[in-house]
Order: sequence, then structure tokens, then C-alpha cells
Amino acid sequence: MPQPLTLLDKIWNAHVVVARDDGTHLLWIDRHLVHDGSFHAFGILHRDGRAMRRPDLTFGVADHYVPSHARSRPIEDPDGARLVDHLTENGQRHGFDVMGMGDPRQGIVHVVGPEQGLTLPGVTLVCGDSHTATHGAFGTLAFGIGATEAAHVLATQTLWQRKPRQMRVIIDGRFGPHVSAKDAILAVIARIGAAGGAGYAIEYAGSAVRAMSMEARMTLCNMTIEAGSRTGMVAPDDTTFAWLRGRPRAPRGKQWDDAVHDWSALGSDPEAFFDQEVWMEADAIAPTVTWGTSPDTGLPITGHVPNPDDAPDRVTSERIASQISNMGLAPNQPLDGIKVDRIFIGTCTNGRIDDLRAAAGVLRDRKAVIPGLVVAGSTPVKRQAEREGLDRVFTAAGLIWGEPGCSSCTGMNGDIVPAGERCAATSNRNFVGRQGPGSRTHLMSPAMAAAAALSGTLQDVRRLVP
Amino acid sequence: MTAFTVLSGPAALLEQANIDTDQIIPARFLRRPRSDGYNNFLFHDLRARDADFPLTATDNAEILVAGENFGCGSSREGAVYALADAGVRCVIAPGFGDIFGSNASRNGLLTVVLAPEAWSAVRDAVASGAEITIDLRRQHVRAANTEHRFEIDPFRKQRLLRGVDDIALTLESADDIDNFEANIPSMRAWSIPG
Ligand code: SF4
Repeated sequence: MPQPLTLLDKIWNAHVVVARDDGTHLLWIDRHLVHDGSFHAFGILHRDGRAMRRPDLTFGVADHYVPSHARSRPIEDPDGARLVDHLTENGQRHGFDVMGMGDPRQGIVHVVGPEQGLTLPGVTLVCGDSHTATHGAFGTLAFGIGATEAAHVLATQTLWQRKPRQMRVIIDGRFGPHVSAKDAILAVIARIGAAGGAGYAIEYAGSAVRAMSMEARMTLCNMTIEAGSRTGMVAPDDTTFAWLRGRPRAPRGKQWDDAVHDWSALGSDPEAFFDQEVWMEADAIAPTVTWGTSPDTGLPITGHVPNPDDAPDRVTSERIASQISNMGLAPNQPLDGIKVDRIFIGTCTNGRIDDLRAAAGVLRDRKAVIPGLVVAGSTPVKRQAEREGLDRVFTAAGLIWGEPGCSSCTGMNGDIVPAGERCAATSNRNFVGRQGPGSRTHLMSPAMAAAAALSGTLQDVRRLVP
Repeated sequence: MTAFTVLSGPAALLEQANIDTDQIIPARFLRRPRSDGYNNFLFHDLRARDADFPLTATDNAEILVAGENFGCGSSREGAVYALADAGVRCVIAPGFGDIFGSNASRNGLLTVVLAPEAWSAVRDAVASGAEITIDLRRQHVRAANTEHRFEIDPFRKQRLLRGVDDIALTLESADDIDNFEANIPSMRAWSIPG
């Protein structure tokens, strides 16, 4: 009887090039994604005078520094323009494919990889960005790396890694109306904490996960890093295969059949061991918003800002008090009704077509009372949304329809939230100053951000759209 | 990258939990070339709001005692560059962001994980002005009259002790990599991008 294996075990074992006695393994990397923020990695490669081993397994996308205004206008910030140009130059110099500004495939690296069929079940994929866990939605072993590790991959197509411990998060049952994968992952992070997943890889399972679209699974895996874990995965199934079939770089013909055969065996064996298991009921998850400056501060929209006096110990009490003060809130304040100054819909978390449809469903034939920016995660998503008329729903509501990129997620492209302003955002991080110095961020789903635009406050989308 | 063996000196204290890499270095500085030096960006916005922020007051501290989950969030290696360029060689915390820890060891910055009681003892010693000593080979931290063992991934330890980058080591396995690579078309041809 062979030892039962997890999804992660199976992919890991198939990629070990060298196993050291101390438990460190040299893993083969099937896909390396780079972006306009990856210049440090190339800097290290060039400093040491090394060549790239496999440019054909390396793919570049411009996303962090590209503006959301019309592509006909140049990038105003000279530093940003230089980094976007650098990526193109590195592509030419080393001979890898770059999807730069103006390329019809361009978008956020974690939206583009799957869309182009580069992200596949059973492969190892790395990128110098912590939200690389997104690709795990396909049953891909994907994790974010730093610049020195990225330089190592550029030079050797391998990476030294120690196998993480494994956690399974099971979400069973059905989500209530207007409850999405974003609410689910915010609830998971609130449950296990911002460091709860450190040292672990997480596999998401359960009937609610199986019922999710690929877009929803990507949202779920995307924010795994916000629970401290580098890797979030979902076992591939018919939903995965149907989504990937016919994608530009996905296998075709006999190779497709071989692939589906291999992929079908990837799921964790029934008796496989997980170091930790967390179980949640989908119908207990409400539309969720964060109140603090850490992504683990999600609460149901029906809840209240916590009171530091109720904290179990001094350290927690101080942590709550400092977050409340940074966020300009008061203890016990109801979340529903908190005034916001603007909204932002997009990012690698919620910039896909399902997300834009959900937001448009709330905004249709209504008017926003505060400014807002909607940015598709990629050019193909943008085109699809325009075919469906979603762009007109957003602009008729008074929101700006931007060009694809990371945009106001970190504001590296200049789309910052002004100091002192509060933003209802579909992004993944609410850290102090994340959207610009002095900005305040509440994380939520696209439907909830759309609802906030209509009243200028956080509000329960379920009340608005029955 | 400088090898790390033993380090002694005063330490700065930053007790707050979940100091994310956006706090260590805000995103807007990441566009700068490394050759500019990253030390002025370290904790930039936190310093701007608080003149007494650690590592400004405690000049030249090479050791930072930080709170739980230090370096969580974004994978930006700039966070490690900022600490390293400011002269910090060791951070001691109850836990670190995974990617931060791995970036740190690749830039000669030691991350020491201490269990909560040991961490509290070191914190108290630092707060009372004691110097501390970190011995990587023996995996010990000494603070005032207390001594605490820490665990570290052996590969990471070796990398820090030798102060060399991984690529040189990896290339010793060049034949294994070549063989593995040569087998991919027969193992899983579908994985080669179409
Ligand atoms: S959208 Fe935000 S989180 Fe995602 S890759 Fe871009 S900057 Fe990072």
C-alpha cells in the first residue's frame, strides 16, 4: 500500500532535482513570471555576469508601474517608465516573451498567467511577488520569491526549498446571497490570523470550494499570503480543465489528453496527512470587511469595531487601539455606516470578469455618490467587460474605467489615495499607507465596494440588492 | 555578502506585532536602483510620524528585537536591503514572514526566531540597556545573564556562515539539473509551453 500523498506532495516529488540530507531540496521550476518590479533580480544576474538558463520558461508582464489612464499618454513618472522599458529590454536581451504596455495580453501578472494558459496543474511556478499563490487555484505549486531567489531561477531554473508543513482549510456547504470567495478568504484569515499560516502550505477543499468558479478559486488562493502562507492550492477538477482548454499556451491535441490524464491523479489521497485542518461552514460567512490595518481584521458587515478594553491581554489591547487610531475609528462603532471617500475595484484579487460582473450587478442604473476607480486585471478582461457593456455601467454610475494594471493597490503607478482619505477597496492589503501615505483602506468584495459607492459608506449589499 | 559568525552589541527594540514590509519600506521607494543605498528608506513613514522611532534613536544598532510576524506581507527584497544598508545584521522576533526570512538569509541578515518566553527575556534585557550577543555557529543568544538556544534551517545557517550565494553551490549540481531537464519531455511533455 503506497503512502497516501497530498496534492503538494505529488507535485513536489515530481520536481526534486537534488535532495540534501538536511531536508533542503533543489526543485525544478517549470514557469518563472517576471514583471516591471523584477529589475533587482536582473540586476543581480548581470552584476554576476550570468546568463539565463531557460528564457523559454520565463514570461514578463508590465503591471505595477503602468498607468491606468489612456495608453496614448506616456508614463509621467520617469522612474516608472524606466522600469517598464527595462523589462522590455531584458526580454530582448535574453530572448523571453514580454507582454508590455500596449500588448493585447498585458495585465496583472497573476491574471495574465492563467489567462494565457501558462499556469497549469502539476507545474511549479514562481514569481517575485507574494501573491503568486493565486496560481495555486489550478493545482499549481506556486509561491512568491524575493529578488535573489528570482536571480537564482533565472540562472539555474531551480530553487532550493524546504518542504512546508501542510494545512487543509475545508469550506463546506453553500454561500449565502452576495457572499463571495473574497468574503470566504477574509473569514479564513480572520480565523487563523496573519501569521497562522506561516511555515505552511494551504490546500483549500470542501464542497463550497469545489462549487467555485476558477475566478473565485483564484481570489481564495490569492490572499493566502495574508494568512502568512506562501502557497495556497485547490486540487484540479473538471472546472479547471474546462477553463484551461484552448487557452493560448495550454497543451493541445494528444498533449492535452496526456495532461488531463496526469492532472486527474493530482488530488490529495483520501488518507493523506495534514499537519493542521481548519473547517468552516460557508453559510456562516457574511459579507465581510476589514476594520484595521492588518488583513486579519475582517468582520461581518453587521459587526462593530472591537473595543480594546475587551481584549484578553495587554498586547492585544494595544494592537487594537493602535489600529483603531490609525484607521480614524472609534471602539464599538458599527461597521455598517462608516463613511468612505472613494472606492477602488480591481487588482490580482478581484480584477477578473466575475468580479466586474458582480460589481456591475450592484451599480446598474444607479449613481455613485463618491469617486471611484474600476481597473480590469488584464486587457482581455477589459475587452470582455466592454463586450458585455459593464464599462458603461461603471461610467454611467460616475466611476472611472481605467486601463489594466495594479493601479491603486499600492499606488506605484501614481493612483494613490490622498492622505486622510478612506477607501473601500477590493485589493488584498490594508497596511498603514498601503494605498499612499496617510491613506486608509477597508478590504471587501467587489459587490460590497460597489455598494459603498452608492451610499458613501460601508453598507450591507444584501440590504441593497435582495 | 559578509559571513555571519558572532555579533555583539546594543539592540534596538520594536515590539509591535505584524510590522509588514510596506512599513519597513514603502512601495514608492522600490523603484530606486540598489546602488543608491536603501538605508534612508528604512521605516520611512513610521519615522516621519515618530521622531523617537527605534533605529533612529539607537544609532548604529546592528541588532533589532522585533515583534511577532515581522516582515509579513509583500515579497519585496527592498525591505531586507533597507535593513542591511542601515547596518542591521540580525533581527530577533517570535516569528517572521516566510518570504522575508528567506530573503534575509540571502543578504547576510540573520533572522533569529525565539520562543515567547525567551523572546521576552531578551526584550527585557534590551529595554534595560544590556548588550546582546548572537552566536550563529552555536545557535545561542545571550542577553544580560540569560542564554537562549534558537533553531535555524541548516541550509540557511550554512549560507550565512559562509557568506556565499546559492548559485555557486547549485552549479555543483549542474549534472543533476541537466539530467532532470533532459527527462522532462518524456515525463511530462505537456508542461513545455505551447
Ligand atoms: S495587484 Fe496589488 S497585490 Fe496584486 S500584484 Fe499588483 S500590486 Fe501586487
